[in-house]
Amino acid sequence: MEYTLKEMMTLVAAREIRNNDIVFCGTGISMLAAMAAKNINAPQSVIFFETGAIDSKLEDLPLAVADSRIMYQSSSNAGLLEAFATMQNQITGAHIVGILGAAQIDIYGNLNSTVIGDYDEPDVRFSGSGGACDVASFVSRTIIFMTQEKRKFKTRLDYLTSPGYLDGPGARKKAGLPGGGPDKVVTNMGVMAFDDVTCQMYLKGYYPGITPENILENMEFHIDISRASEVLPPTPEELTLLRETCDPQRLIL
Amino acid sequence: MDINSNKITNLKDAVHQYVTPGCHLSIGGFTINRNPMAAVYEIIRQEIKDIHLYAHSNGQGVDELVGAGCIARLEIAYGGTGKFMSTCIRFRKAVEEKKIQIEDYSNYQMTLRFLAGSMGIPFLPTRSSLGTDIIHKWGLSRELRQDTPKVPDQKLVVLDNPFGNWCDTKRVVLVPAINPDVTIIHVQQADYRGNCRIDGLTFADVEQAKAAKVLIITCEDLLDDDYLKNDPDRNQIPFIHADAVVHIPYGAYPTACFGCYDYDPVYLKEYSRMAKEDILFQTYLDNNIYKKNSHRDLLNSVGRERLENIMADKNRGYAKKLDRR
Repeated sequence: MEYTLKEMMTLVAAREIRNNDIVFCGTGISMLAAMAAKNINAPQSVIFFETGAIDSKLEDLPLAVADSRIMYQSSSNAGLLEAFATMQNQITGAHIVGILGAAQIDIYGNLNSTVIGDYDEPDVRFSGSGGACDVASFVSRTIIFMTQEKRKFKTRLDYLTSPGYLDGPGARKKAGLPGGGPDKVVTNMGVMAFDDVTCQMYLKGYYPGITPENILENMEFHIDISRASEVLPPTPEELTLLRETCDPQRLIL
Repeated sequence: MDINSNKITNLKDAVHQYVTPGCHLSIGGFTINRNPMAAVYEIIRQEIKDIHLYAHSNGQGVDELVGAGCIARLEIAYGGTGKFMSTCIRFRKAVEEKKIQIEDYSNYQMTLRFLAGSMGIPFLPTRSSLGTDIIHKWGLSRELRQDTPKVPDQKLVVLDNPFGNWCDTKRVVLVPAINPDVTIIHVQQADYRGNCRIDGLTFADVEQAKAAKVLIITCEDLLDDDYLKNDPDRNQIPFIHADAVVHIPYGAYPTACFGCYDYDPVYLKEYSRMAKEDILFQTYLDNNIYKKNSHRDLLNSVGRERLENIMADKNRGYAKKLDRR
């Protein structure tokens, strides 16, 4: 079955979600990935929004984390205070997987979603942290969506909005952050993971038709590609559920 | 004001009396939901300038206030509205062209700042943002902060845990309280004294309301009796915080109001198209705001058909059949 790169990315991220994970998601593709996991491979996962809704029915795809569609048949409708406290609380936070995106990422999985250029004289201004910095600070693991481009995989971020492993092993602890950190980076060409010892990004998988070298050409920094293998393409079942159940109006896909 | 008094007023007077040039303002809602848009448009219509605005992710309302030139300083976590504007367009332009001063926090930090304000304490701690540029880079300089009495001397402070390693926490970030001069929220139901009932998510409305020196409430349903007291568990804000109550059906339009109506994708798409060009945006402001006398005028020009399309299903709280493509 034919598929688009966006469908591949969504499904690859969804596969990372397991039953009993509590999934924090933002808007767009991250919301779709969380819905795909729930409908395909992790029916017992729980979707959770920074705006305060948990386990929403999601009969229809929300277009923002404040969409009224997340308020319909949730387990509880609260507010931002409760949602972020649930992440900061280490008892509940340990079960939470965050799905994030950003304008720039570095080798330690730190993210920039604030500015390109100088903070005081920005060339490009983005939305800013929103809840991303909170999620990246608190939860046990994060999955990050990125477009594979040299200007996005940066040796040095223009602004560090959301903490990954900061400057390497032990740095989160030294800064005062809880454990946790980025787990996977899902791009339009492949999937990266982070080394247990060095905390540095390495290539874990590349999509059919893509080589590890293609991926390196689209990054400013070099990563280890020796552990990479080809990622399984989407199955017809995955694609059908994604298209017909999760996003029938093609709002994100 | 007598806190028990009847606080029902009209929007023009409430905005004129309380939202003054240079005031510190916060608005309720989140991205494309329950922004107090009628009040936002009235502020723009009255051309109130130099406002210091506090926002977490208030989205549409923030972008329109910034675009209309009402805002001088903005403390914010997120300038976006999801699918309709991944980055708010007029916000982005204003920051890039240095037309406003900006300070960045996270959503949790802004919410804690309102909570601290509502509690009457100077700051609250969190573990969010340790090691990031939210701590290191300040938009409002130390000099400006020292010279501005209504702004705290520091953006935030990192503190070693004074309880040792209690709760396995080595250090925390202290975020300063916010007590806005005025908070404006839009709710589903309010009564004549200002008791409020919000259906669906409350976002940070309750903290913003209780932190404010003046609270303006706009509402879909206005009750001129004590009906809301029959089911007090469903009320989030008691009247003692309220100063003005204004009845404005569709007062969050074009953003959504759970249980009442959805966001209007036609309006929001047209907005983001026109926001991209200065000339088009001026036309938008003229046609949709300045040339309208009231929110009712705007709704009349939008027309019955579009308002019917976004009417919420009774049991779902949103418009199931709405075409959002």
